[in-house]
Amino acid sequence: MEQLKGRIIYRGKAEGEALVTSMPISFYGGVDPNTGVILEKGHELEGQSVKDKILVFPQGKGSTVGSYTLYRMKKNNTAPAAMINKETETIVAVGAIISEIPFVDKIDLSKIKKGETVKVENENVTIL
Amino acid sequence: MELTKQEKAMLDGKEGYAVKKSMEILVALGDIFGAEKLIDVGSVQVAGVSYHNLGDAGLDFLNSLAEDGRVKVLTTLNPAGMDLENWQQLGISPEFAEKQNLVIDAFTRMGILVSCTCTPYLIGNVPLYGEHIAWSESSAVTFANSVLGARTNREGGPSALAAAFVGKTPCYGLHLDENRVPDINVQVNAELSRLSDWGALGYAIGKKAENKIPYISGIKKATLDELKSFGASLVTYGAKPLFYIKDITPGAELQQQPKETVTIEKTDLDDAYNKINDQVDEIDFVCVGCPHCSIKEVAEIADLIRGKKVATGTELWVATSRTTKQLADKHGYTAIIEAAGGKFACDTCMAVAPLKGRFKALATTSAKGCFYSRQNLMKTKMGSMKECVDAAVTGKWNN
Repeated sequence: MEQLKGRIIYRGKAEGEALVTSMPISFYGGVDPNTGVILEKGHELEGQSVKDKILVFPQGKGSTVGSYTLYRMKKNNTAPAAMINKETETIVAVGAIISEIPFVDKIDLSKIKKGETVKVENENVTIL
Repeated sequence: MELTKQEKAMLDGKEGYAVKKSMEILVALGDIFGAEKLIDVGSVQVAGVSYHNLGDAGLDFLNSLAEDGRVKVLTTLNPAGMDLENWQQLGISPEFAEKQNLVIDAFTRMGILVSCTCTPYLIGNVPLYGEHIAWSESSAVTFANSVLGARTNREGGPSALAAAFVGKTPCYGLHLDENRVPDINVQVNAELSRLSDWGALGYAIGKKAENKIPYISGIKKATLDELKSFGASLVTYGAKPLFYIKDITPGAELQQQPKETVTIEKTDLDDAYNKINDQVDEIDFVCVGCPHCSIKEVAEIADLIRGKKVATGTELWVATSRTTKQLADKHGYTAIIEAAGGKFACDTCMAVAPLKGRFKALATTSAKGCFYSRQNLMKTKMGSMKECVDAAVTGKWNN
């Protein structure tokens, strides 16, 4: 069991299976808000669903409308259970806050492997 | 970030849900970007108005804020996805119009002026030199920072709304002197003879000064319309939303000329035109007003099209604010343009209207307009106001 500590962007508690990528994610246009499936051509996670996952990625990219896409996913029950970033930026941070998705950044992402069960509680990330 | 007692109370929900959510957004952004405090803002410009971009989720979010959220400072609105009065004539579906009106209703309940323009500085939201503001809409942000000398970061829709409900924004980035220092010197050796040359210049400098603040020399004179077009293009194609032009924009005299220097020659402008323009002869859509036309530009179009007719199978849209159109109505410009078969597109523009698949080829004066129209699958041609009006009348681009 490994404990990591980061910076809270939106506080909260969630546990789930880690979905990990080293590539930034564009929520607007890059993720289908109806299914949670990543659509971006050539993305490491293309075709995989972020729904109910602990989504681990370096940061967001693309249009600022992406904040609204995360909100839409939360309403559709297709949002990740929690998100972990290396260093976040405005789009995903604002998206997490308005959608109330637990979100922590400043985490060494190399410590988390795809498929591991991860618990996020405020600034604490525990790999179970 | 240090919060005052009153700010802490807002964060704790003492002023209701919208203010609480807004404080969460502002505090998170402040922490991410290393702000030490919140500062008062004089005005806000809110983008993210078109239903085309918001969808039902965005509409839900706005409705949830409109429950108890009321703006604390002068707040104006970016263009919507349609002309709020004349949408049918522009081919907008009733389903879209219904949703778009719900979005506008939510903003109205918040106390936001339904100005629906990307040029708030032309219709009464005019910040002072040095004034802190929180604006979204990259072209307006660039104009406010550079031509007016106000101070704003490039906000997104939700962070601008948050600033409006709180009346404050986190103090980081372009609010601080040290981040407004130009970091690349641009010597312009090319002649600028028509409006679209300024869009081409914005493209050329944007590419050479990616994510930098340019200090521009070699330009002898400029008009408001030219700087409006230049700034929109500059930030669309890669630079930060702030530029200085020696002897023209305010504050340039306080800055040192940066060491790193690039030059812009006529070949750079030619190259910009080549990159922006596609191979296409038949034009079915002519749209001017990105950013929205000033009254002077509307007068120019009326003068050029007086007594002519827009070609069958081609549409001419004049995108402007409703306020500017009311002036145009009084002066008879509207009558001249409409008699020629042109249409006014108030409250909206080619970047945010649902135009995908409607037109094949666009002619415009705007480099920014070309960028966004490619997403709508149009071929693009950029040229002077006269070339655009000629294209509307003949249905062809005459090189």
